[in-house]
Order: sequence, then C-alpha cells, then structure tokens
Amino acid sequence: MKKLLIIAIATVSFTACKKDKTPEYNTTIKGALSVEFDNIAGSSDLQLNTATYTNAVGETFKVTKLKYYVSNFVLTNANGTTYTVPQDSCYFLIDESDESTHEPVLRIPEGEYKTLTFTVGVDSLRNTKDVSERVGVLDPAGAAADMYWGWNSGYIFLKLEGTSPAITSMGSVFMYHVGGFGGYSAATPNNIKVITLDLTARGNAKVKQTKSANIHLMVDVLKIVNGSTNVSFATTDMVHSIAPGVPLANNYAAMFTHDHTEN
Amino acid sequence: MRRKYWLIFFIIFVAGIAACHKNDTAPSISFQKPANFPEPVYRFANNTITLERFELGKKLFYDPLLSANNTISCGSCHIQTSAFTHHGHIVSHGIFDRRGTRNSPPIMNLAWSTSFMWDGGIADLDLQAIAPITNHVEMDETMENVLNKLRSSSQYPALFRKAYGTEEITTSNFLKSLSQFMLMCVSSNSRYDSITRGDAGKSFTAEEQEGYNIFKQKCNSCHTEPLFTNYSFHNNGLSISSVNDEGHYLITQNEADKYTFKVPSLRNLAYTAPFMHDGRLLTLDAVLNHYTDQVQQTPNLDPAFQQNAKPGLVLSADDKKKLITFLNTLNDKSFLLDKRFAE
Repeated sequence: MKKLLIIAIATVSFTACKKDKTPEYNTTIKGALSVEFDNIAGSSDLQLNTATYTNAVGETFKVTKLKYYVSNFVLTNANGTTYTVPQDSCYFLIDESDESTHEPVLRIPEGEYKTLTFTVGVDSLRNTKDVSERVGVLDPAGAAADMYWGWNSGYIFLKLEGTSPAITSMGSVFMYHVGGFGGYSAATPNNIKVITLDLTARGNAKVKQTKSANIHLMVDVLKIVNGSTNVSFATTDMVHSIAPGVPLANNYAAMFTHDHTEN
Repeated sequence: MRRKYWLIFFIIFVAGIAACHKNDTAPSISFQKPANFPEPVYRFANNTITLERFELGKKLFYDPLLSANNTISCGSCHIQTSAFTHHGHIVSHGIFDRRGTRNSPPIMNLAWSTSFMWDGGIADLDLQAIAPITNHVEMDETMENVLNKLRSSSQYPALFRKAYGTEEITTSNFLKSLSQFMLMCVSSNSRYDSITRGDAGKSFTAEEQEGYNIFKQKCNSCHTEPLFTNYSFHNNGLSISSVNDEGHYLITQNEADKYTFKVPSLRNLAYTAPFMHDGRLLTLDAVLNHYTDQVQQTPNLDPAFQQNAKPGLVLSADDKKKLITFLNTLNDKSFLLDKRFAE
C-alpha cells in the first residue's frame, strides 16, 4: 500500500515536472493575457501634477494629463502564426489618472508568443464606422468625449497636457492633441502608429487558460517630446490639428519598450 | 359545402377590412428620392426612416436642452422660414450671444451631401450634430450631458422606447434620430424642379431660359444641377478677412486647400441671405458683382476665375439680370411651409 502511494506520488510529480518544462498548449481554448502600460518619465515613474521633468532642449515641465488609445493587438507565436484580437474587444484607452485602465486584458488562444503588435490610436476603418459601432471607449458621448474631434470627425490618438515655465503665455499650459487617420476622402497626414515589440529577449508570453500571463511595457512620456524632433514647449505650446501632430507621433512611436513578462 | 365557401369569403372579407383599417390609422413616413435627383449618398440601410424616429429627431432638433444653458436649439440658427438658415445674420450668435466666424448653412438635401460644414470637416451626417453641440460659441454642451439630460427628462425615455423599443438613450440612437429629421428636409419643389420633371403646362419664360443658358455656361461646373452644388472645395476669390479662415485647409492641412470652401447649393437663395461662408455679401447682386469685379488673386484661386486678364467672370449687366431671374426659379416656398418640418 505504502509502496503504491510512493509510486503514485512520484508519477504525479514527474508528470507535473514534465508539464512545466514543455507546456502543452491547446490552441482551441483561450487564456488571459494582460498588457501593462506602465507610464514612466525617463528613469522615474510618471507622476501627474507633482513631479518636474526636463526635455531634451532643457525646458522643465509637469504633466497634468496623459491619455492614449491602444488597439488592434496581434500576437505572433514561435511558428510565426498570428492571432488578431477581434474588433469587438481590441480598443483600449489608457488614462494615467485611472489605474484601472493601465492593463488591458486580451483573450488569446493558448500558446507561446514572441511578438506583440498593436496600434497607437484608432485605425482608419474604425474612424469611419457607423455611429452605432462607436461604443465603450469609442463612444463620443462617453469615454471618448474628450478624445474626439467633433469639427474634424476623428479620434484623438494621444493627449499630453501639462505646464512648463518655458511657456510665457497665461498659465504656461501646453496641450498636445495628436490625431489624424488619413482622411475620409481627401488624404490628410496619417498619425496612426503600429508598434511591434520582440518579446524573446525579455520573456515570451506563455498563455494558458489556467493562469494569466502579463506583458509589462514601459512607456516613456519623455519620448513624446524627445526624439527625431526635439520639441520645445516655448515654440510649440498648442497642437490641436493633424499636421502639427506629425513630429509628436513620429517621436512617440519609439516610447514603448518591453520590460519583462510574467507567466 | 356552400356554407364553408361563405365562411372562407367572410374571413377574407374581415381580414381585408382589418388590413385596410390598419393602413388608414398608422401614418408612415419614408424617404422619397425626387424624380429629377440622383441617388442619395446617405446609407439609409443603417438608419431606416420611421415616423417615430423622425418625430423624435424633430423634437430633438427644436429642443434647447441640447445647449449648455438650455437656450439654443438646432432650430435657433436653422430656421424653417429661412430655408433652415439664420436669415439676416452674417454669422450666427450662439450661446451667451457668442459669435462664430461662419454663416449658418441650410439643412436641406443633406442625403446627397458628401461632407458637412463649410470646411468639409465632417463626412458622416450621423456625426455632424456633435460639432455644434460641443462648439464653445454654438451650444457649448457636452454630449454626455445632453444624453444625461434626455435620460432624466419626463418625456424622452418614453419617446426613445416608442422609436427604438428601449428606453435606453444611446449616442447612436440620439444622433440617428437627428439625422432622420435632417434627411427628410428635402427641397425639390421649385419652379425649376417642376419644369425639369416635365410637369404639364410648366416652362421657363424667355428671360429665365436665357438666364439658364448663362448659368450652364458660367456656373454649372461647380453649382452643378440638379442639387446646384458638386460638393467640391474652391477658392472663389473673396478677400482674406481678419479672421483669416483657411477653410478646407484646416481639415486636410494640404496647402492646395488653403482658403477653399465647399460650394453651396443655389437653391432657396431668396430666403437665405446673406451669402458666402462668412455671410459678407448681403444680396445676390453683390454676389454677382463679386464674381465680375471683386475676385482677388489669393492663394489657390480657382482656375475658373483666371480665364481672363482680370480675375473673375465676364458677365454683362443684362447677363446678371437674366441669371438672377433664373436663380429665382430655384426657390421652393413649399419647403418653408411644410408642416412636417415645423417647430
């Protein structure tokens, strides 16, 4: 009896061990994969309203608002097979002031994924959809109320607002609103940015139904103003239309880095 | 056997009466394309017109609840007796008497419009109302607050239930109702329309016909029949005012669109003065004088106005008189009096 028990335990632990080394994925079932957007400023955690940061041209500033859309998530597994999160569940609005928005949860078929792709902003197709399909974070009378240009219909992809003593006008306020999906009929500048991150160096995401995986991204807001164009608050305090947003969008395309993955 | 036939006959007869009766008591409404108009561009498949939704849209259109302090409705600046413009106002005054920079355009034949606003910033009628509702100088309200006011009103939840089968007031149902009212505002019963449709006994007078010929030669390339606009954007040589309104450029940010504005329809001109995007020209005579004598060589001036030594069009005083006679055949009084659209 005792002998039998030992054998049984040994067998179970052996099986468990084996399972951990090469997990069996059932691609017909889905597991939860969260993608954490951890907003930082250089080497410190982003703090709204209080902390002071310095841009590349040496101007100090504070951030009062940071909001941006992330959408159209695509995951690529080790064999190169991709999974695209369906349209009805692939739009998220990250708002620094609301922690509950920082970690979108995706439902992904079980598997090991080595590449994460997503869009910063709202794709052109969704920007031209019937109003009945603009719900949830895309509702212009709801979550999207301050992320939508009514006069030039289209979503604002990213908002960075704050103050800088470099700005001499009243309140020393800057407001950077970046949007522009390419236009309905006439072509306009396109500020949609597709981000592709290779996860292999810092940890592939291993999605299983029984546990939740988390891809932790660092999002460095300094890179919105520092990059291929170093933006000065003194020269540019307001960005409220598509073309002036182009340098900002080109900059922020580089603000996402993969930090680690928790499996 | 015979009794059975009678019974069948009786059932059919009763059913027939019932059907008949139903048709009499249930008024309905539908979008009718005028025979001389092209196919509309609005996607009616996504917003089927019903009487309840149209009526709800009309109530919303005339309800000042849509503005921040409940004083300004859509109908404040789009008045039916002025063919849904703000007659006599160069630019409209919105909430707290704040003034905008553009002249209120007509709510008319919008089912054919490929874009909205003078600058063409909005491509979908269903998204149009958001702009004036949230504009600081127009209604200065938030969409969220409008929906909340509707939700807590004593009347609207029941009206939404009648229209949509649910008291839930969504962004989509709200905006689509407004669209239904605006879509039904079709103006197609001018003298020009009845003549073009070949109504018995209708024809242009000699002067109207001459004016029509001049129109086809000089105006029709942009103010294209039968809607009298082709919805394109042009710079017609107005001097650049202190507002420095860059028009379509504000939307596309393409240099070639600087100072261009959407071609307005020429229907109902008798009721819609003043004219131009900023309402600067008070009479039709002034408009025609602009085209002959005051066209300015500003960036992107349309090539149509650069055919002669002097920019603009060549029209004699007699041509202008005839043109105006023709343009007056585009007035549709019945549109102004149509009870279905009245407040």
